[in-house]
Amino acid sequence: MELTGAQILLESLKKEGVDVLFGYPGGAIIDIYDELTRYPELHHYLVRHEQGAVHAADGYARATGKVGVALVTSGPGATNAVTGLATAYCDSIPLVVITGQVATGLIGNDAFQEVDTVGITRPCTKYNYLVKDVTKLSQIIREAFYIARTGRPGPVLIDLPKDVQLAKTEFKWSDDAVSMRSYNPNYRPNHNQLRKAMEALKASSSPVILAGGGVILSNASEVLTQFAQETRCPVACTLMGLGCFPSSSDLWLGMVGMHGTYTANMSLNNADLIICVGGRFDDRVTGKLSTFAPKAKVVHIDIDPTTIRKNVKVDVPVVADCRLALEGMLDLLRSKYAAEEWENRHKSWLETLHTWQTEQPLSWQAKGRYLKPQHVVRVLRQITDGDAIIATEVGQNQMWAAQFYDFDAPRTFLTSGGLGTMGYGLPAAMGAQVAFPDKLVIDIAGDGSIQMNIQEMATIVQNKLPVKVLILNNTYLGMVRQWQELFYKHNYSSTSMRGQPDFVKLAEAYGAEGYRITDEADLEPMLRKALSSPNPAIIDVLIEPEEDVYPMVPAGAALDEMLLV
Amino acid sequence: MMENEKDRHVLSVLVENEPGVLSRVVGLFSGRGYNIYSLNVAPALEEGTSHMTITTYGDMQILEQIMKQLHKIVSVIKVVEYSDIPAVEREMMFVKVQAEGAMRGEILRTVDIFRCKVIDVSPTEITIEATGDHEKLDAIVGLLHRFGIKEIARTGSVVMRRSRRSE
Repeated sequence: MELTGAQILLESLKKEGVDVLFGYPGGAIIDIYDELTRYPELHHYLVRHEQGAVHAADGYARATGKVGVALVTSGPGATNAVTGLATAYCDSIPLVVITGQVATGLIGNDAFQEVDTVGITRPCTKYNYLVKDVTKLSQIIREAFYIARTGRPGPVLIDLPKDVQLAKTEFKWSDDAVSMRSYNPNYRPNHNQLRKAMEALKASSSPVILAGGGVILSNASEVLTQFAQETRCPVACTLMGLGCFPSSSDLWLGMVGMHGTYTANMSLNNADLIICVGGRFDDRVTGKLSTFAPKAKVVHIDIDPTTIRKNVKVDVPVVADCRLALEGMLDLLRSKYAAEEWENRHKSWLETLHTWQTEQPLSWQAKGRYLKPQHVVRVLRQITDGDAIIATEVGQNQMWAAQFYDFDAPRTFLTSGGLGTMGYGLPAAMGAQVAFPDKLVIDIAGDGSIQMNIQEMATIVQNKLPVKVLILNNTYLGMVRQWQELFYKHNYSSTSMRGQPDFVKLAEAYGAEGYRITDEADLEPMLRKALSSPNPAIIDVLIEPEEDVYPMVPAGAALDEMLLV
Repeated sequence: MMENEKDRHVLSVLVENEPGVLSRVVGLFSGRGYNIYSLNVAPALEEGTSHMTITTYGDMQILEQIMKQLHKIVSVIKVVEYSDIPAVEREMMFVKVQAEGAMRGEILRTVDIFRCKVIDVSPTEITIEATGDHEKLDAIVGLLHRFGIKEIARTGSVVMRRSRRSE
């Protein structure tokens, strides 16, 4: 039977196992929306802004490991999606985003709501397609999902002109594995390289495992934890890696980088071996490159060869899927290196690290009349017992969440790491809540960031999603203000956010619950009340206005030049 | 030439001939701050594929990144760099030179020495076609400069691995 392009798209999405879409209709995609009502198995969530749709699909993908799908119209729909695409691209999140496009005959004519979507999105997608022939549509969709979820994952965009949505052809679908001549990601590690990595570990007296987002993407948390425990090798994480290693472990050092823990940063600076798994040595991680990890040999495991030797000299490169590489190393450990006395090997190194942890723990000064954001996050951690999915916005709120929530499980921390997109958290939390309706999902936000996609409260309320928003409200764009305080002589240029709305009333206006917490006495009971509500809620916590995030490695400084509390 | 000759690299890139593939490759260079000295694109032997020859300058670390980043582009099939591979490299060039009076004879002698061809003549100008590696073409341009060059069109290098001489 012949189907239209719109029908083929929706049939193909079903074949790919999609059951959730986030989107926003418009003229160039109306034909797909028309069909959508006849596909009740595809649950569509109508967002309030296309950026929200892509972030929601992204949050859904991070929380589940599945490919997230978003559907938007041409022109402004596509340009609004760009920030979401770039966010997902930086953090290697698998998405398929479908954009409507003007009819093929109008392309290039500056038609109404026309933009060169594939041109605009080329640098912020893993791949993109402009579909000009309906007979190729189902194959393109198969390829798009395949490219999005394999290798180093990423967003793929399909631009679908209106006439192609209406054109008819026989629907053909192959269940065979997709095979592309020019795209063959390598998963299997080279055995010799794994042996070299194990030899390096055997020779090391002060090793550190530096785990990044690749550990989560490749579902390698369990094997990483096993490997670390059996070798007694301490573990630090990048922002993107948080959750891949239990913070309750005695081998846990904390987050590294600009706002990393003293111990994690000092461990890199003093290590004689760094085993980086699924990280990319971003400038926020390394600080000043020329002084980064001066004593360390580097083993770098990553599925993307371009990340290796991009910023940091690597002694043992391993281009492979992180899980397969770690499994290979664990096999070697148990077969060929079992006789090594791993239990005592790094004993004095671990003692040094524990001394640092005791001497320089994450801390804050409890003074003044305002609540301290670090304390608020700690209390949130206690109340939830870690059994929640935490999304964040970007800035101080994100760093306090990363530092003080103590993540224990992968896919429970959703944050825009690479691009640093304010406005990410609320729609991402919404996407995660759609995937896990019964889980507690909390967006830790700042009073600045939350307003960048606050409109998604309407989507949340409309769909009865019990997302909780915890605003750490300091009436500043806090992170920028902190830089101005520390490095720009207190010149608070355009960072004061006086004139904020009343977030409690705003919550109520959206049909959600609103809470305001100003005192320690209210903190725990009110948080408990809000979190146990079956409804969405905004919890506005007034915090110390000029609280800073510490430790802090100033931009361009070395990791051991941390500013401490 | 300003750049260091040892940092010059000729890359041969085989790509799927799909719309936008050129901008994917060129966008990679501009987006990451690599430079393209010359670029040549045309259909390759196999239908549906195109062959790009890119001349670029950069140290070994940059070259390694360029190669890896090119490989990473979904529509790129193969990337070869010719520094350590025996290969022939040629480029074609048209040069339009001002040629009046006594100068004409001297220009024609220069053309002869370099085995160039005259492909167009007017009372005041001569257009020359030259083929060679980039160093030869640079030398020709250098010699013709004093006559007054009106216009130059160069194709950019193309390159091919040499056949094995013996078994």
